[in-house]
Amino acid sequence: MAINTPPKQTSHLKREILVRLIKAYLSDNFEEATRMIPYDMRPKGSEVPYRCCIHKERAILRDRTIAGLGLSIENADDTELLSTLARKAEERTEIEKNPLTVLHTACQGCVPSRIYVTDLCQGCVARPCQSACKFGAIKVENGKSVIDPEKCKNCGMCAQVCPYQAIAKIIVPCENACPVGAIAKDENGLAQIDFDKCISCGKCVSACPFGAVHKKSQLIDILKAIKNNEKLVAMVAPAIFGQLPCTPQQLKDAILSLGFADVIEVAEGADITTKNEAAEFKERMEEGQKFMTTSCCAGYNELVEKHVPELKPFRSETKTPAYYTAEIVKKENPNAKTVFFSPCIAKRREATQNPNIDFVLNYDELGAWFVALNVQVTNFEGSDFRKESSAQARNFAVTGGVAGAVNSLLEDDEKAKPYIVDGLNKQSIRDLKKFAKNGVCEFGNLIEVMACPGGCLGGSNTINAYKPALKQLTAYVGESPEIKDVIKE
Amino acid sequence: MEKVSVKVCLGTTCFVMGSANLQELIDIVPQKYGDKVDVSGVPCLGLCATDWEFSKAPYVKVDNDVIKEATVEKVLAAVDAKLGKK
Repeated sequence: MAINTPPKQTSHLKREILVRLIKAYLSDNFEEATRMIPYDMRPKGSEVPYRCCIHKERAILRDRTIAGLGLSIENADDTELLSTLARKAEERTEIEKNPLTVLHTACQGCVPSRIYVTDLCQGCVARPCQSACKFGAIKVENGKSVIDPEKCKNCGMCAQVCPYQAIAKIIVPCENACPVGAIAKDENGLAQIDFDKCISCGKCVSACPFGAVHKKSQLIDILKAIKNNEKLVAMVAPAIFGQLPCTPQQLKDAILSLGFADVIEVAEGADITTKNEAAEFKERMEEGQKFMTTSCCAGYNELVEKHVPELKPFRSETKTPAYYTAEIVKKENPNAKTVFFSPCIAKRREATQNPNIDFVLNYDELGAWFVALNVQVTNFEGSDFRKESSAQARNFAVTGGVAGAVNSLLEDDEKAKPYIVDGLNKQSIRDLKKFAKNGVCEFGNLIEVMACPGGCLGGSNTINAYKPALKQLTAYVGESPEIKDVIKE
Repeated sequence: MEKVSVKVCLGTTCFVMGSANLQELIDIVPQKYGDKVDVSGVPCLGLCATDWEFSKAPYVKVDNDVIKEATVEKVLAAVDAKLGKK
């Protein structure tokens, strides 16, 4: 599968709801306008593109709107009107901790994951399926193979050996995409997220063809802060510069036009991360440690905390670029509220653990905001960022960029041998566990871990396709100064 | 023979609502049709700003026909239809 291509129709639908919510918030009557969203999207007599009838369409759009309001769909009572929920969202003072919520009315379509013998089975003489099954789960009845669900362990060996390709492995896309087994169907066939296990990587959000997994948006909280004339500072992670067809300077002005007091590049913090991480790497190697891992990816950090604590001694103690940037911004403006502009969901978890980051806004939400206000990013003249960050820092968003940045500050004889984990999945997690267990990684001594393939540009909440995004960001990196010249100042 | 013109709107609304994924047309179309078709990304066509029409974005123009909620497949089908007529 290509990098970061979430199902296009589901992201269109999710974005449309966000646009309508923003318009509702900015209208004279937020509560009523919110209540009307499902009816505005599917007015009387309109086409029913996806579901059985217009009523179910509206019910599902209602639930999607709840996620847009930043509330948990699971916890909302079916009898509550969207107008009531809109008021609740506006009145809350704290955002919800777990960033994801599942829309069960959309979820019921999937059959449980299992191995299924199709009608193509010829009931052959060789019966390789039977001999391949280690669990004795297959027998032949009436000339067809039959699987005993009590014995089947879903290993898929029979499907692999069938000469007719008559056995299918049916997967549940969210379960299959989750690298840590945190999402699974319950006894009623509905997907449930186990937040003790969830690392907020967002892979289930992209994988679900029904778009049933939603993030809980903080848009309302951010819009409210702007309405209340609070000073909001946007901290934009470098992947943002690949997202919209305009210059970084134009994007800055476009964001300012939404009501932000300032726009700061998180690359400022990435320069500090690089400096600290390079020094730390050098020290650890001198002490005889065999490898160190990076620590800037929030999805990876959650993985280490929840699933692979044995990696902790190997993970860099250096803080994330978001951490240093937020620290600087809060020091300079103690009364300001900070909004981290993020390509992924995992940073929402990092933000709840960092008092210096007040809100997180994903790029698709920013896009929806521009749509709602009909902002044309290319219409802005553009202004420079207050500080010129380095090429290396701005390249943190691309896989290999962090390790490359660290290496750029090391002398020839100290240079790291990077090993890049380009996306967390079941296999790469097994590899990481092995490195921790053995205390050594045979492929390198600096392991860069990115939860998303391609790095932050491949995040699940990006707007632009990977290739053009990479091209655009690389051009910006190309015109940026060297890190050695930046951190000298 | 007159060329078919394909204009992919890269205005902010269209881009957010999906034309980011239509940029591949700019590579695919010349490969598929050679010089029979002109394809380019263009600034806002102004189709989204009227009323609530943002929800039908992204827009692509094939000659003078507007394709709403455009996808790569829809656009290619429209080009095929045009070339068939010409």
